[in-house]
Amino acid sequence: MSTDYWDQLQSAALLGTDRRPLPEPDGSPALQAAAAGVDRTDPATALLELAALTAVRRRAGLLPLPAPAPEPPAGDDERPELPAAAGRRLAVLLAGRAAGTTTQPNLAELLPQWLSLARERGYRPPAAQVPALLEAARARGELRGDAVALAGPLGRWLAERNPQWRYVLRTAGAEGPTGTDLVWQQGLFAERVTHLTRVRRRDPAAALALLAGTWPSERAEDRLLFLDALQEGLSPADEPFLEAALTDRSRNVRATAAELLSTLPGSALGRRMAERAQAAVRLVDGVLLVTPPTACDAAMQHDGIPPKSPTGRGEQAWWLGEVLAATPLSCWTHSFGLPPGRLLALPVADARTQVGAHAGPAADGGPWRDELHEAWARAAVRQGDASWARALLGPPPRRAGSPAVAGAPARLLAVLPPPERALWTAAFLRTHGPGDAFQLLGACATPWTPPLSTAVVAALERAATAGSYPWNHSGVLGLTERSLAPATAPAVAALAADAAPDTAWAETFARLAGTLRFRAEMLAELTGEEI
Amino acid sequence: MEERWSTEHVLSLASDAAARAAGGRLSSPAAWSRTGCGQGALWGLCQGSGSAPYRTVVEFSTPAYQCSCPSRTLPCKHALGLLLLWSGDRAAVPAGAEPADWAARWLAGRRRRAEPTAAPADPVAARRRADRRAARVAAGAAELRLRLADRVRRGLADPGAAAGGWAEVAARMVDAQAPGLASCAAELDRLPADGQLAGHALLYLLATACERIGELPEPLAHTVRARVGFTVDSAELLAGPTVRDHWLVLGSRDSTDGPLTTRRLWLRGAKTGRSALLLSYGRPGQAPEPTLPTGWLLEAELAFHPGARPLRAVLGPRHGAPGPTPGAPPAEPVSAALAHYGEAVAADPWTESWPVVLRDVRPIATADGWQLTDHQHALPLHATPEQALWRLAAVSGGRPVTVFGECDHRGFTPVTVWDEQGRTTGLTTGGAA
Repeated sequence: MSTDYWDQLQSAALLGTDRRPLPEPDGSPALQAAAAGVDRTDPATALLELAALTAVRRRAGLLPLPAPAPEPPAGDDERPELPAAAGRRLAVLLAGRAAGTTTQPNLAELLPQWLSLARERGYRPPAAQVPALLEAARARGELRGDAVALAGPLGRWLAERNPQWRYVLRTAGAEGPTGTDLVWQQGLFAERVTHLTRVRRRDPAAALALLAGTWPSERAEDRLLFLDALQEGLSPADEPFLEAALTDRSRNVRATAAELLSTLPGSALGRRMAERAQAAVRLVDGVLLVTPPTACDAAMQHDGIPPKSPTGRGEQAWWLGEVLAATPLSCWTHSFGLPPGRLLALPVADARTQVGAHAGPAADGGPWRDELHEAWARAAVRQGDASWARALLGPPPRRAGSPAVAGAPARLLAVLPPPERALWTAAFLRTHGPGDAFQLLGACATPWTPPLSTAVVAALERAATAGSYPWNHSGVLGLTERSLAPATAPAVAALAADAAPDTAWAETFARLAGTLRFRAEMLAELTGEEI
Repeated sequence: MEERWSTEHVLSLASDAAARAAGGRLSSPAAWSRTGCGQGALWGLCQGSGSAPYRTVVEFSTPAYQCSCPSRTLPCKHALGLLLLWSGDRAAVPAGAEPADWAARWLAGRRRRAEPTAAPADPVAARRRADRRAARVAAGAAELRLRLADRVRRGLADPGAAAGGWAEVAARMVDAQAPGLASCAAELDRLPADGQLAGHALLYLLATACERIGELPEPLAHTVRARVGFTVDSAELLAGPTVRDHWLVLGSRDSTDGPLTTRRLWLRGAKTGRSALLLSYGRPGQAPEPTLPTGWLLEAELAFHPGARPLRAVLGPRHGAPGPTPGAPPAEPVSAALAHYGEAVAADPWTESWPVVLRDVRPIATADGWQLTDHQHALPLHATPEQALWRLAAVSGGRPVTVFGECDHRGFTPVTVWDEQGRTTGLTTGGAA
């Protein structure tokens, strides 16, 4: 057959006609007839001519392959496709992703917002853009939840065919088939964490059962991260499991279990801590008398208090702080009968120097005051207690350099309801520079409220007139690009127009204004509103 | 009235991802003033960080771009931004206006330069040059045949024979004024092992045909002359017979070889059913022209390069403005498409590939790679970049689609896909990089 003949020609050509005889023509009669016309005196030229004849015949007579076995198509997607303008916007946003992030951060900042809104609106992206979407979310983990939900059944169909997009099949939001407990039994670690988190969100008890089933056989560092997943949907049903984890082999697991228990209202650990706390802090004649623990006994260690401070603080202060931070805050308001604000205003003294209970208020607030307030701040953050956080934060400081708030203000702020957070931060910004407010701004909900947005713009304007440079505020500017209220666009545009032309601030404000316009348009396209 | 270009098409004009992103940021109405479009052009003023706004003009038909910004990239971010603005929202750009004076000046200057200029010719000298070149090419072809035969005599696997490589032979073919033979010879070094014999044999066939060009039928002689590297003047071709039709833009593909960008753009005549290939070249950082959007229909005259199986053409006079056309083009089953490729090879043995439109095909991942199948038959996909492959798979989602691409002896290379609603997606350019 001619295929064999082609092979014979190939092997003759490979070794050379000096070493290999010219194969006799073979194949169809037409080919043999044509081959008969080839001058065979020089085997090399004859081989080339015969090969040309055969190659052309093979190509001209090429046949298609038989059809492969059919495969199921992607599942139907009932969602409406994105409005045309929003689809074009997605193309621009995804194209911008590849650009350098140093000079043009805005498109990268805006993609997450776009994705979450498009998902919320229940749209389906144009099919041709789904691969770029999956590719973008492969590189940026924070996009995955929204990107996978948006990509829908087509995204899963593609991911089943492209190993690079396997994450899609593991991401919550892509409803997987049943029998996913296989993932728990056999999956990779990251897959198992995602799975546990997903189950926990849907059915907290089922997640606990899943975890308890394999707990003894898990490695210590895995146990630690699995335990973290219980944070969501924590309830008294989890207490026995967490109590048992207090005797875990790993110190970190013990500490995490204790921390979870301390945030659980009415837990036994909370009660044990409250007993220790009330032994350490008493209210006598309007003064908080502090008797720090003198040792970290076995019971305290069992409840997750490490005997040594990791930062090398004084032992007694360290133990006191750990006990108070794990004590339910209601313990103080109930037993002392005072609201948080009044408790914070009380003088604090060392019980050992106040023998006889002649407690006069100490001029500096007492030796243990800072430790006490710091520990209460930690407890307020842990327990998400807004009234304590509000009292600890106090009114926003009036001047730069005012006494510091106990604890980390940004973390306390995060406990407050979003409008209150924005008001507090706006007031803070009126007296402080944008740089000082970076962490506070990060704790505020996006998009920022109009008053907060106005305060940020005013702070940036002050920074510009004070002669600092935009790159000194790059962190705040990045936050601003993705969080500023679109309504602030005219004010920013006015700043851009007023800034000295061709200066760094003029460019910064112009870009900020451009980003805000872009964002306003992109949101309008998705919500069907006029800009 | 110009039809709006799609955003994907505008993005595909950008020279790189950074230009696409920069253009995207300049695509909002607030960045622009005194915009307008009409008389085949689009213009506007863009306020940059400097004091004077940039003046940006786009001429649609070629298309061509002009901007007063310092960027030497064409189209610049301002032209891209203006096009995106116009493509996204027609109302954002007033239509039917008279071009602003600065835009009108540039457009008039362009039209003046486009007028043909008759070059004085000296027919006797031209004849003498042609004879001299023909003799040199024939001598080059004879030498090439000897070299090929020597190679096969010693064996393609012989390491000693491979030492010089074909680069040296290619250089001699350049000296012999046969650039086509030179690039074919240089290509031999890059062929895979199982393509070596066919490559040598077909080049030998070409060199033989070149020496006996006088004995060949005229169409085949034209084919051989084109393969060897004799160029045909476009103006001369357009002076001859042209084919007037409504031409559908099937798709285009850019490839870069050294500093030049080569653009292949395929057309299909609605009336004649003929396929045509327009070849153009762009300098570095610049998109080649023309950039006719895929899926558009334009009424125009084409002049085909003569040959045994004419495909390559030059674009002649256009009639009326081009515009988008709904739905997928007429298509055929896999077996018929492959038969067309076979006919092309039978007429012109050096045919590398043939443009075809496949009907109701689905991409399927098999153990041997991706295939396109129409239930009856299948073609393997090859030379398809990952990005294009996944876009094709996404548009199909496992359901039948219409696909335009090139057939060759190794399989099929997709260029454009039409989904079930007949919407066009280009697979070779643009999109998210």
